[in-house]
Amino acid sequence: MKSLSDADLAARVARDIPDGSYVNLGIGKPTHVSAYVPEGREVIYHSENGIIGVGPPPAEGSEDPELIDASKRLITTVPGAAYFEHTDSFAMMRGGHIDIAVLGAYQVAENGDLANWATLDETYPPAVGGAMDLVVGVPKVFVMMRHAGKDRTPKVLRRCTYPLTGLGVVTRVYTDLAVLDVTPRGFVLVDLAPGNTLDEVQALTEATIHV
Amino acid sequence: MDKRVTDLGTAVAPIRDGAVVMIGGFGSSGIPFGLIHALLYQGARGLTIISNNAGAGETGIALLLKEHRVTKVICSYPRTPGSIWFERRYEAGEVALEIVPQGTLAERIRAAGAGLGGFLTPTGYGTKLAEGKETRVIDGRGYVMEAPLPADFALLRAEEGDRWGNLRYHATARNFNPAMAMGARHSIAEVRSLSDGPLDPEVVVTPGIFVQSVVEYGVRP
Repeated sequence: MKSLSDADLAARVARDIPDGSYVNLGIGKPTHVSAYVPEGREVIYHSENGIIGVGPPPAEGSEDPELIDASKRLITTVPGAAYFEHTDSFAMMRGGHIDIAVLGAYQVAENGDLANWATLDETYPPAVGGAMDLVVGVPKVFVMMRHAGKDRTPKVLRRCTYPLTGLGVVTRVYTDLAVLDVTPRGFVLVDLAPGNTLDEVQALTEATIHV
Repeated sequence: MDKRVTDLGTAVAPIRDGAVVMIGGFGSSGIPFGLIHALLYQGARGLTIISNNAGAGETGIALLLKEHRVTKVICSYPRTPGSIWFERRYEAGEVALEIVPQGTLAERIRAAGAGLGGFLTPTGYGTKLAEGKETRVIDGRGYVMEAPLPADFALLRAEEGDRWGNLRYHATARNFNPAMAMGARHSIAEVRSLSDGPLDPEVVVTPGIFVQSVVEYGVRP
C-alpha cells in the first residue's frame, strides 16, 4: 500500500477546483488545499467568521489580531475581499452561493452521509460549528480524510455509525488511497493513489467500490 | 439622545442574577473583553451565556466559568484549544450545554431581533440536533423548525461608535455582533473609539436603534 502524504492529498483535491470558484475550506487537512491550486486559477476563499477573499498568512510585523479565519489563524485579504456579519456569512453557505466545500470527516457512507462532528464518546462535549450549515447548502461537498484508521478500522462505510452531520450530502471523497464519487449506485472509483491496486483499497473499505 | 456611558462598570450595572446574556465574538476577534471583565467584577451569577465559543485560556467567558457565574452555555463550538474552564465546569455537571449549528445560532438570534416566530432551515435535518423539533418536507426537502433566541442583554465589541449608538466594525471582528445587537432587549457596545461627531451613515453597520449604551474601551486584543 502506498499512502499519499497530506501535501499530495491537498494537491489532488486542488486539481479539481475550477477557476472562478467560491470555496470554503474546513479546519484541519482542508486548510492546506489553497496552497496547491494550480497557477492561473482565481479561486476565492470564504471563511464562516465573516470574510470572503481570504489571503495568505501576514508577514511578520503586519499581523492584525482581529483579522482571522475560522481556524482562528491570522490571515490577510486578497483584492476583491469583503467582510460581513454572521447571518450573511451563513446565507452564503446555506443559500447555495458557495460552489465547493472541502471538509474533514470521521466517517462517510455510500449514500452520501457524512459524520464529522461527534463521536460515540458521551463524556466529551460535542462541537458542531458551521459543518451542518455548510453541507446542506453547498452544491459540491468534497471530503478529505485518511481512508482507514491507524488500526485499519474502515471509515468509508455502507452506513455511518457516528452521529450524522448531514444526510446524502457528500459529492466526492479524497483519501490517501483513492478518490471516490458518491453516486446512486454507491461509491464509484475515480482514481487510485499511485502504487495501489483496487483489491488492496477495497480490503480497507467496508462499502463496495464500483468501477 | 446620548447613549454614551462613562465606564464599563456603569454599562454592565443593570445585569442581574439569572440574566440571559449574548456575547459577541468568534475566536478572539470581536469579543468585548472589557465588558466581560466588568461583568465579572460586578458579580452577577446564574447567567446563561449565548456565544459562538465558550471561552479559552484565562480571559473573557472562561473567567466567568472559572468564577462559577454561568449555569448554561448556548453555543456552536465549546471546544477550542485552551477551553479548560468550560470543560471542567461541564464535566462537573455545573454548566448545562445547548449545542446549536452556527448558522442556526446566528439566525435564531436575528429572528428574535426581527420579530419572527422562528424559521425553517435544512440545517441539521435528520441529525441528532433536530431530535424533538418540528419538521416539514417542502418540495422533497426536509426542514427543521427553529425558534427565535432572545436575550436580556448583549455585550458587543465594535471599532467605533457615536452617541446615537451607531457602530462600525474592524475586519472579522464583526461576526455575531450585529445580529446580537438586534436580538437582545438591552445591548451594550464596547467601542475602541467613541467618535466626537456622528458616524458617516454610509459606514454604519449596526444602526444605533439596536444599541442601548456605548462605552469606550481602547484596548485592542
